[in-house]
Amino acid sequence: MADLLELTPQGLYCREGDFHVDPWRGVPRAIVTHAHADHARPGCDRYLCAARGTLVLRERVGGGAPIDTLRWGESLSINGVKVSLHPSGHVLGAAQVRLEHRGRVWVVSGDYKVCDAFEPVACDVFVTESTFGLPIYRWAGPDRVAAEINAWWRDNQAAGRTSVILAYALGKGQRIAAIVDPAIGPIVAHGAVMKMVRAYRDSGVRLPPIDGVPPRARRVGDGRALVIAPPSVAGSRWLRLFGEASVAPASGWMTVRGIRRRRGCERGFVLSDHADFPGLLGAIEATRARRVLVTHGASESLARLLCERGLDAAPLATRFTGERPPDDATDDEADEPHDVRAAVEEGV
Amino acid sequence: MKDFAALYWRLDATTGTSGKLAALRDYFSAAPADDAACALHLLSGGKQSRAVSTTLLREWAAEAAGIPLWLLEECYAQVGDLAETLALVLPPPKADAAPGEAGLAAWIRTTIEPLRAADEPRKKEIVRDAWRRLHADERIVWHKLLTGGCRVGVSRTLVARALAEVAGIDPAVMTHRLMGGGIGSADDYRRLFSSEPGDADSQRPYPFFLASALDEPPESLGPVADWQAEWKWDGARGQVVRRGGACAVWTRGEELVSDSFPEIVAAAAALPDGIVLDGELLAVRADALLGFSALSRRIGRRRVTKKVLADVPCAFVAYDLLEEAGRDLRDQPLAERRRKLEALSLPAFPAPGATLQLSPRLAAATWAELAATRASARDRGVEGLMLKRLASAYGTGRTRGEWWKWKIEPLEIDAVLLYAQAGHGRRAGLHSDYTLGVWHEGRLVTVAKAYSGLTDAEIVEVDRIVRATTVGKHGPVRICSPTLVFQLAFEGVARSTRHKSGVAVRFPRIVRWRRDKQPEDAGSLADLFAMIDALPTPEPAT
Ligand SMILES: [Zn+2]
Ligand SMILES: [Zn+2]
Repeated sequence: MADLLELTPQGLYCREGDFHVDPWRGVPRAIVTHAHADHARPGCDRYLCAARGTLVLRERVGGGAPIDTLRWGESLSINGVKVSLHPSGHVLGAAQVRLEHRGRVWVVSGDYKVCDAFEPVACDVFVTESTFGLPIYRWAGPDRVAAEINAWWRDNQAAGRTSVILAYALGKGQRIAAIVDPAIGPIVAHGAVMKMVRAYRDSGVRLPPIDGVPPRARRVGDGRALVIAPPSVAGSRWLRLFGEASVAPASGWMTVRGIRRRRGCERGFVLSDHADFPGLLGAIEATRARRVLVTHGASESLARLLCERGLDAAPLATRFTGERPPDDATDDEADEPHDVRAAVEEGV
Repeated sequence: MKDFAALYWRLDATTGTSGKLAALRDYFSAAPADDAACALHLLSGGKQSRAVSTTLLREWAAEAAGIPLWLLEECYAQVGDLAETLALVLPPPKADAAPGEAGLAAWIRTTIEPLRAADEPRKKEIVRDAWRRLHADERIVWHKLLTGGCRVGVSRTLVARALAEVAGIDPAVMTHRLMGGGIGSADDYRRLFSSEPGDADSQRPYPFFLASALDEPPESLGPVADWQAEWKWDGARGQVVRRGGACAVWTRGEELVSDSFPEIVAAAAALPDGIVLDGELLAVRADALLGFSALSRRIGRRRVTKKVLADVPCAFVAYDLLEEAGRDLRDQPLAERRRKLEALSLPAFPAPGATLQLSPRLAAATWAELAATRASARDRGVEGLMLKRLASAYGTGRTRGEWWKWKIEPLEIDAVLLYAQAGHGRRAGLHSDYTLGVWHEGRLVTVAKAYSGLTDAEIVEVDRIVRATTVGKHGPVRICSPTLVFQLAFEGVARSTRHKSGVAVRFPRIVRWRRDKQPEDAGSLADLFAMIDALPTPEPAT
């Protein structure tokens, strides 16, 4: 029997249902796991995503094309293929896509983080990400990371330095705002982060007060603020708005000192919206899938390990950007929209 | 352990001198003497040895982490540092572990020294127990101790300054007390803080005064008459200390190498007492310089066999006098020190058969004349000229403007990138160690391995090209289809039977990326042989 999903120049394609999952080119019908740029591209005629993710997806793909939605677990039949979406714990509205056709069940994980929100979905074939698919990646609890950030923020305040934390505009930025202690000082966000903060709030997510950066501002804050900005501002003019600043990326890659040092940052926080290595193995096991297709990052080694453990596993050559080496200074764990760069240039 | 690990990471994270100085000061003012003595040994680049093989460590770590060995190797390729890789793959320490409470000295005494003599099962037991007690940051440092590779990026001068500040004594005095290492115990360490001059100082050398590379035209240095010119020897910098009826030979690495140079020690006994000579250790037969590689057969050896003594005869060529009749001359101008040095009547190089020789002054009335002399340097087997201001005192460390190395231009060839491997440390995960080749009979043959001399941005770019042009892999080494051409500089080239290409280049390094060239434009083996033929065999430098 043919595979339920196959790789075409446009991306993962379901022939039976005549739709794509996270295509990287414009297609008639796209099911989108989440709104990061490597998974959601503008230019499709019609989108389907989780109801929770509608507003952020709209931010990403612009107006025009209709976005259909499904509530968690709700199913829809597309040309006889039963489609349902299940939380992946990655960013707001990020879904795993479950496809069922003639007794076969495939699940495409998109990007996922093993947390309370993540829902393991049993399947025959699991298409998993592997951004941090090496055993060196093991995350500490969010409380510990929050405590580290808070302590750093306080130290910087004492020295009159602004604290600038580099994080993805979608997901990581909001997560940081949610875990730090807002009593320490004002939280300020870059325009690109702010846009997604609004989408989060409009979707009903509670976040502490966050200030934007006024247009044409010459100087912002007095060294007390925590600034959340996308990684692309590193080394840019925009950063000068804050005077003396300590800049620290927040990313899973910060586990490795060499990568941290190459960024020229004295600090870095290990904080990721992706599963760590134990998380990946646990999630894969929980699906009870016999066959595993691995995308992103460490796909070859994770597939090899799974094979050695008796699964039928193989890497899948997608264009999800975790495959980029971590030295790419502009894009980190994934996903920075191009308009962020434009925003940086404008000084917004 | 906790405190030393904290120091290690603080130094690692600090780029500025004042920050590093503060870190050192904080550590030494709080550390117990036995820990401080160990730390000092490590910080000053003292000898370390491997207590357990990295092969075993890898196996045990993979086992403890529950992963296959190949996966650990993949992690290593990404992390670029074995100590860190092991620390990261291991399961976190026991929550109830009281980690670094014991000090550095105790850790070394209980977990590193016993390893050397232990059998394998016992070794494993000690290592696994330590893993259970250490946090990732501490593990990295401990692994480095274990494998004898604990190096910290601080200069000895800075360590000396920090200790001087803690002790409240003159940094120069502290630097001198630290010379020659030998701080093995808490008592040795405490003696550093003594307010009286120590008696252990008797055979210690002076801190070496260093030269900077001259990158301006020499005319910028003013009148040539203000300068003393000598050959820049291709040997090892050293001091001969003749005091209290004994003699000692030291290298610039502050290593006591008297045992490696018995003939120099014997010859120095003829000097009057209370003399310290600064100069160069050279491998020299009759009047032919044998070069640095020959010298390395002597310098690295604790015991020198009769055969090596006969194969590699050595001499000490003196160019400065730092102490006379027990009096420190370093504050006097070079002209005065030179006068006194010449008064010792050592025969000037080349003086076949003499073990102690005088480095001759090269006379020149104009810079142009000196430039002509310098042009003959390669033929003579020397690296160029040294220019020393006649009015200069003998300082410590490197003082720009007083002493210059005016080296000859390196040899160069354009070579093609054939293999690339990920680098370490700051370049972890980036392909920055290159193997380069030149043409021979229609094929590219490897001639040199060079660490990148490119800018950080270029390295990232090259890394991307390497990944995109990889045609095969050999472990961590990527085989690339030839696309990139680099200008390769090197100090020397010689025929070699140990290299497949038949040539060996010395100190190869990449000067620049020749984006303007295609692989077809690269040099050939024939070009290298032509360079060899153009070099005269080592002959008397007159
Ligand atoms: Zn994502
Ligand atoms: Zn992704």
